[in-house]
Amino acid sequence: MKNTYDVIIAGAGSVGTPTAFFLSKAGLKVLVIEPLASTGQGSNKHAIGGVRATHSDPAKILLCANSIKILSSWQNTYGDDIEWNTCGYSFVAYDAIIEKTLKDLLVLQKSLGLNIDWRDTAGIVELVPDINADHLIGGTYSPEDGSASPMKTSFVFYSHACRMGAEFHFNEKVTAVHTKGGRISQVDTNKGSYFTNTFINAAGSWSAEVSDLLGVSIPVKPDAHEAGITESIAPMVGPMVVDIRERPGSSNFYFYQHPTGKIIFCVTPNPQIWGFYEKDTSKFLPMGCQRLIEVVPKLANARVRRTWRGTYPMTPDGSPLLGKVTGVDGYILATGMCGQGFMLGPGVGEITSHLVTDSLSDQEAQSLNALRYDRAFTSKEMLK
Amino acid sequence: MTDHRIKSHPILEDLPEPTIPFYWKEQLFYARPDEMISSALIANGVTIFGHSPVDHSPQGIFCANGQCAQCMVIADGIPVKSCMTAVKAGMKVLPKDNLPILPDVTLPSGLAASPTPIHETEVLIIGGGPAGLSAASELGALGVQVLLIDDKDALGGKLVLQTHRFFGSSEAVFAGTRGIDIAKKIAEKVRKLDSVTVWTNATSVAIYEEKTVGVFRNNSSYQLVKPKILLVAAGAREKTLAFPGNTLPGIYGAGAFQTLVNRDLVEPCKNLFIVGGGNVGLIAGYHAIQAGIHVSGLVEAAPQCGGYKVHLDKLIRSGVPVYTSHTVVEARGKEKVEQVVVAKVDSKFKPIKGTEQVFDCDTVLIAVGLDPVNEFVNKAIEVGLPVFAAGDAQEIAEASAAIFSGKIVGNEIAKALGKFTDDIPSEWITFEEVLKSKPGRVHESKLPETYQGVYPVMHCTQEIPCDPCSSVCPKHLIVVDKQDIRSIPQFLTNDSRSCLACARCVAVCPGLAISLVDFRKQNGFGLVSLPYEQDATDLSVGQLIAVTSTEGEDLGRFPIEKIAKVPGFKGTTVVTIEAPQEIAGKISGFRLIDQPEKATFEQTVDYPDIDSDKAYICRCERITAGEIRALIKAGVKDINQIKAVTKASMGACGGKTCLSMIKRMYQAEGIPLSEVTETPIRPVFVEIPIGVLANLPTEQDGGGK
Repeated sequence: MKNTYDVIIAGAGSVGTPTAFFLSKAGLKVLVIEPLASTGQGSNKHAIGGVRATHSDPAKILLCANSIKILSSWQNTYGDDIEWNTCGYSFVAYDAIIEKTLKDLLVLQKSLGLNIDWRDTAGIVELVPDINADHLIGGTYSPEDGSASPMKTSFVFYSHACRMGAEFHFNEKVTAVHTKGGRISQVDTNKGSYFTNTFINAAGSWSAEVSDLLGVSIPVKPDAHEAGITESIAPMVGPMVVDIRERPGSSNFYFYQHPTGKIIFCVTPNPQIWGFYEKDTSKFLPMGCQRLIEVVPKLANARVRRTWRGTYPMTPDGSPLLGKVTGVDGYILATGMCGQGFMLGPGVGEITSHLVTDSLSDQEAQSLNALRYDRAFTSKEMLK
Repeated sequence: MTDHRIKSHPILEDLPEPTIPFYWKEQLFYARPDEMISSALIANGVTIFGHSPVDHSPQGIFCANGQCAQCMVIADGIPVKSCMTAVKAGMKVLPKDNLPILPDVTLPSGLAASPTPIHETEVLIIGGGPAGLSAASELGALGVQVLLIDDKDALGGKLVLQTHRFFGSSEAVFAGTRGIDIAKKIAEKVRKLDSVTVWTNATSVAIYEEKTVGVFRNNSSYQLVKPKILLVAAGAREKTLAFPGNTLPGIYGAGAFQTLVNRDLVEPCKNLFIVGGGNVGLIAGYHAIQAGIHVSGLVEAAPQCGGYKVHLDKLIRSGVPVYTSHTVVEARGKEKVEQVVVAKVDSKFKPIKGTEQVFDCDTVLIAVGLDPVNEFVNKAIEVGLPVFAAGDAQEIAEASAAIFSGKIVGNEIAKALGKFTDDIPSEWITFEEVLKSKPGRVHESKLPETYQGVYPVMHCTQEIPCDPCSSVCPKHLIVVDKQDIRSIPQFLTNDSRSCLACARCVAVCPGLAISLVDFRKQNGFGLVSLPYEQDATDLSVGQLIAVTSTEGEDLGRFPIEKIAKVPGFKGTTVVTIEAPQEIAGKISGFRLIDQPEKATFEQTVDYPDIDSDKAYICRCERITAGEIRALIKAGVKDINQIKAVTKASMGACGGKTCLSMIKRMYQAEGIPLSEVTETPIRPVFVEIPIGVLANLPTEQDGGGK
């Protein structure tokens, strides 16, 4: 029937697009509604492309491990180049407290099957020969983590989903979601009405607003982050380097070298900047550049080419909100990725499709349970 | 050693001798003091500066304006834009063939990075060209605190590239004075104003949320400027064209050409071909001729050249073949341009197969229009910083209009700051419109038929804003309607005052379109005095020259009777010949005949199909028209999506070159731009070293300083 879909997804971003792909692959009729003009235009395109399973939360570790599986095999399976690069991640320690934090987490990470280990100073210098080794104690190295192009990835998920019959309505905004007898029944937009019994909220930073349409309040609020990219230089940085020391104005700092030679870097502002801010600040570049030089002094002569700003859909504990909503049958959350939507997206897309098609594995069910939207939010993300 | 320097120029003063030694690869070269690496390399015969990291094709100078990154080289181990970096004695310059390997740095211990310094001012003007200087001069006179920044080392913007005398109004905008001299005049005035601070070598790179502007200075420091009002007078950006071979070294815009030839006095080529018959292309063609560079042809896609007729006539009289309804379809060459292929176009500007012609040339100059530099205005609006625009950044027009626009906007800003309370006179606005107006109607040429006395003949027949002839006539015998200076100048023939034959009108005319005829000998002949703005050092009395009508018709060969200069009109030579009185009034110019006519290689062939998909749209990332067209045809209407998939516009220049071409591709596919989503332009607008942004303490070898 026209205008009737098995699933309607709000948001064609890091999460909505792969979710549409997996649901279409499962044979469902999918409509994605996106207020922006094409796929990945909200927060996805602002992501720097890192993909790691190296987290502190078991559910996130598993979801991202699956994302890595999907992304690293994508070109072989589907043929598209998404710039997957198995560069690995290295969290470095310049003080004993960080050393302890990282080493403590290794136990959990290894228990979940991650290929990750501790390296001493020389072992880190081997990965990043130009790293500032003064006071460097060592760090973790997870060689199977990597990076890919968020924009290309979003586009290939979109193209393949379309080929399998998914419909994407761009420049269209969800204005109301109706229920009938406690079950999702209809989604209205500024352009029309569509019928479905399953509505997935994958609207990221905008998802609380979408959820409000159903009277379901969810704790997702955006905060603003900036990133920068340099011109291409000869290879000098192997893995994504994460420096979780605090510095004036920033907490985490991380950067990697894209296969084309560009250095991409990002800082987490401290204190966080809450809200939808996309205008560049004058503080970011000096701050980011000081941190880059602190870790790799040689980068002083590389030149910054571009900078941009985007938002992270944050939750109270730094983990996503996934799964069904109690009291509204057919309403599913796939949001609150806390700035990791790109790396979580494929894994979240697949688990959500399993949830919709009622084919969750036990482990997946466990993960979803851990990421319920009405959980206590007592844990703390250790590796932002 | 090959020397590609212009030794003497009819208009421009000599530059210092090249005495600064530097190395290109292992070879020892010499540069002029303060010469940019790019010009020094070209002067030494180097045109290939490196190879694209994407497809390894050769790269050379393209914008010569610090905006693209095609001219990158490695100077003393550091990747730099060769057009914005001066040679230093002993500098070791290498081509950028591979990704640069960064040199080791010794950083001061403790990393005492300082916060970015902030400079506060009432008005920040971005751009020290005609509009910015003119606005600064108005604001400075009213005591407004102004910081004027310009990314070059000399003020004047594109005025410093203009060797010709300017059109417009003598009273209001220095008409009759050469661009280079106007730049000096206004800059001198501005530099004397107490409340105006000038930073040269200062590039605006970003406008931030805090309503501050990031400025990169002297390739070595970075600071913020916090103005109450921003004036963007950053001029224009040249459009370019997509055709196979369009990234070969030797293809660039008029701005680059004029920078090399007129600012730096280097000879980038021997044989130039021009695409575009607007004022920019026509003037650049004449600049080439002045510099002794052969112009093998000019194509214009429209049925008529859009520039001033007097500019076109100058080229035609110099023997340049001009092909209207033609465009460039391919550039050929191995490592640089060797040939250009042009073809006739139909009414929809599509090339017609079978009409191809091949020209030998070593440079193709693309002059197909300008776009305002609008990123600063857009960003300022986005962050809520009060902003004005003047000159080309506001609306593309002649430099004379930019001067006047700067005057008006300067006063508007003063008003906004409460420093000036009068209204902007409505005559100013009307006058600005006159200066901005496109070339108007061409009247039929009316040549005087009397063979008595002495008088000037006006060969200008087109309505353009111009009045210097009327202002220099000591007897006030030449009249241009002051209400509308676009009217054709009239010589008052029946006036009792008589022409002094001073030839000031001949010398001042920016279009070289006034001759002076003198029949006082009454011998059946007339003396005809003609302006000459090319190298006159080799001209001699008695030498035969070929005279032509306004539009290049050959009117015979006559010996030079007299070679003179008119006091106060430096650079212009007035050459007098004697010709039969029947043709004397028709003679408008001449060309030399002792030089053999340089034959232009030209052929019509059964030319193979040209794959226009092979043209590069994004030259930084080497993205072809084919890749982008395929997405457009597949229904992609968001340029952000094209960017995401292909990386077009994500390279070094940030879309400054390709975005306007992508928009034109949509239009060519019949998709109106109203249906297309545009992509934001993001800072930084030019690249800055990380060490500079970090504001590390200055040390000899530290932090990219």
